Amino acid sequence: MSIVTVQLGQCGNQIGHEVFNVICGDVHGTHGLCSKKENGSYHDACKERFFSEEESEVPVARAVLVDMEPKVISQTLSIAARSGYWKYDDRSHFCQKQGSGNNWANGYSVHGPRHKEVIMDLVQKEAEKCDRLSGFFTIMSMAGGTGSGLGAFVTQCLRDAFPTSFILNHVIWPYGTGEVIVQNYNSVLTLSHLYQSSDALLVHENDVIHKICAQLMNIKQISFRDVNQVIAHQLGSVFQPTYTAEGGLHYSRNPLGDLMETLVPHPEFKMLGLRNIPQMPENSLAYSTFSWPGLIKHLRQMLIANAKMEEGIDWQVRPPRLGSSIPSSQSTNKPLHFNTSVANLVILRGKDTHSIDLGSFRDPSLYTSWLNPQDAFNAWKTPRAFNKYEKSASLVSNSQFLAYIHQYTKFGIEEEDFLDSFTALEQVISSYSIL
Amino acid sequence: KGIYDEALSSFFRNVDTRSGGDGPDIYRGKICSLKARALLIDMEEGVVNEILQGPLRDVFDSKQLITDVSGSGNNWAVGHKLYGYQYREDIVEKLRKTAEHCDCLQCFFVIHSMGGGTGSGLGTFVLNLLEDEFPEVYRFVTSVYPSGQDDVITSPYNSVLAMKELNEHADCVLPIENESLFDIVNKIHQMINSGKLGSTVKPNSMVTSGTGSAKTVQEKPFDAMNNIVANLLLKVVTSARFEGSLNMDLNEISMNLVPFPRLHYLVSSLTPLYTLADVNVPSRRLDQMFSDAFSRDHQLIQADPKHSLYLACALLVRGNVQVSDLRRNIERLKPSLHFVSWNQEGWKTGLCSVPPVGHSHSLLALANNTCVKPTFIELRDRFMKLYKKKAHLHHYLHIDGMEQSCFSEAISSLSDLIEEYNELDATKGGPRTDPSRLKIAI
Repeated sequence: MSIVTVQLGQCGNQIGHEVFNVICGDVHGTHGLCSKKENGSYHDACKERFFSEEESEVPVARAVLVDMEPKVISQTLSIAARSGYWKYDDRSHFCQKQGSGNNWANGYSVHGPRHKEVIMDLVQKEAEKCDRLSGFFTIMSMAGGTGSGLGAFVTQCLRDAFPTSFILNHVIWPYGTGEVIVQNYNSVLTLSHLYQSSDALLVHENDVIHKICAQLMNIKQISFRDVNQVIAHQLGSVFQPTYTAEGGLHYSRNPLGDLMETLVPHPEFKMLGLRNIPQMPENSLAYSTFSWPGLIKHLRQMLIANAKMEEGIDWQVRPPRLGSSIPSSQSTNKPLHFNTSVANLVILRGKDTHSIDLGSFRDPSLYTSWLNPQDAFNAWKTPRAFNKYEKSASLVSNSQFLAYIHQYTKFGIEEEDFLDSFTALEQVISSYSIL
Repeated sequence: KGIYDEALSSFFRNVDTRSGGDGPDIYRGKICSLKARALLIDMEEGVVNEILQGPLRDVFDSKQLITDVSGSGNNWAVGHKLYGYQYREDIVEKLRKTAEHCDCLQCFFVIHSMGGGTGSGLGTFVLNLLEDEFPEVYRFVTSVYPSGQDDVITSPYNSVLAMKELNEHADCVLPIENESLFDIVNKIHQMINSGKLGSTVKPNSMVTSGTGSAKTVQEKPFDAMNNIVANLLLKVVTSARFEGSLNMDLNEISMNLVPFPRLHYLVSSLTPLYTLADVNVPSRRLDQMFSDAFSRDHQLIQADPKHSLYLACALLVRGNVQVSDLRRNIERLKPSLHFVSWNQEGWKTGLCSVPPVGHSHSLLALANNTCVKPTFIELRDRFMKLYKKKAHLHHYLHIDGMEQSCFSEAISSLSDLIEEYNELDATKGGPRTDPSRLKIAI
């Protein structure tokens, strides 16, 4: 089954481009470290998921590019085509001249309705190219006007037009010390709307990725391109083919559906975080070796202590001991810094994945007490190594600690209940749209 | 001849003049004949005539000019009421024509001075017209404010009358003071003439140079100063013309920097002022560029933003500067700057990968800062000195449509504006009050 990617705004388009680069590079790389047959299946599964076979020498990405100003899209299209490995469909894009001015309302209430037909037409065309459509993967930032506002509108349209398809929104949380002054408004508005139409929201924070670039990748002068490449690598590690069942015979057919099933047991909890290890500069890869137990241990502690990278993890944080806890999701027995999960998914790629012990992730104390840890935890594997990393582990988690929630406090919104408080904002928006 | 591209098309049309006269617009391909998307308005002919005889004569054509003979006599009322009424039709007609040639009209730049009669009076009349005829298009105004030693006696009247119009009809104003421009020009001259060993300034890198022009000797006294303003405007529209990893468009500037509609006066600064020809640029220089942007002597008005209160600040960087450089410098400079309590993280940033001519990188800072207040207070004081004596008032009042109330309303508008800045300043350094949290029933 295939995924159609919708790239929205400058951020969405820049990242989307890097994602397809990573996926394509991974597939064509010679570091699969597995049998030819395995590699072949991997290649086929990936192709079906992300690229369509048309009368062109290179695979064509299943994507729709949308922006309210032309420069980014035209750059993205041409750089992709120049790579010689893949390209975008020349017709699958829509842009205007004016931009959205960092104004969510402009994106949502003005550009959205105005261009709905054209955009949904493009999406429909891409969807029809798929033999079977798994769903949509949208990429946008929350700070700007197009990605955030138009993105929220488009997500709603996708939900209306494709009620049985899955929608996964990838949202970029801007740097704390802004890129955009009104980013808090834009972000709050975006999240409230997305929550209604989307199946899950996968969040990446610029600050976090920036730290990874600085401390793990050793990049001196970090550019947005560097940040986007790290994000793309992390996304690729989740979306490339895997076997979802132990002893499965073929690569999972329904990536988005499987993701939702494992990670979103309850519609109230849709926020997903992503951690991937190891991460290091490409030229260090050859000199490093890792053991699975080591990687698993680090990944688990990263989850528990809410660390986003493998350096600087607080090893003091421990899950509480069971038996003394009160059966409620807001257990007061849990130590303050502990990160309770609703669900976790570990994805392992590379050598010797069959022998890994993941018992530590099944520890019930990691999860809220209204869930059975057997259901809350899943593991997907493939022996096929990813993007030149001999071993790579990713953790997609639906858990408590959402580091950026403090941004909402300016608007007086509680952590656990931010969903409800958007109503007041909604009324303001409707009055503006009437103007 | 070069290629006509998006960057050029933001400011110029490409007209097919091969068959003589005005042909259709050419949208892509080679440059045939560039025409500025502009209107030149003056009530005396001298300046416009000079332009039409100079190297840019082909860029402007007669259909874009509105001139008269006798000037406005440094009288805002003559410019606004008399000529406004007289030329209204003509101006609207020509504006429409120019707008029609645009695929997508994003913004009007109004460039004028505040102290005279035409720029100030007719200029603000045009501003009103723009709002009436094109309500959805942004109006960016670059206003040259009179200095204390101005030789036009009535400049305080003209400026205050114009201020009311700017308060009410402009989306964004970039005030400029000649004194600051003059100081910057001097600074550069000193640098060139100081004869520091091994340091030669690249001629076309100076912020005072008209890039591309071969002459390094300025012929007219205001050329160097005006070029600074030209450079400013070019930098403001950079993202409309060139690519970058974080675009910052004009409408974003207004959206992010104007938290309340009347407080739309932005203090601007440009760095670096010049580039030394034989010096490689290590990271320290880059950081110096950021520090300079906040220093008093790089601002284009006599103001010190560091000691006043920021409502918001935008930084647009060009060249080989990455997001980490930007972040590092914001972190570094933040502690020494005062931001309003409700917008402590009030930074808007943009990155453009194309550097300006003669530099490897450059920075434009636009600040919505209470340091504009002294400029306005001084203006009000000079106005009151004249007004109390009713000096020169009769020249204004005998113009049709002009009444004493125009004056009192104008000074009132200015006073209100100053009061708004005062209220903000009063919050400076006070405790940060976090709004109370919304209580939700679980």
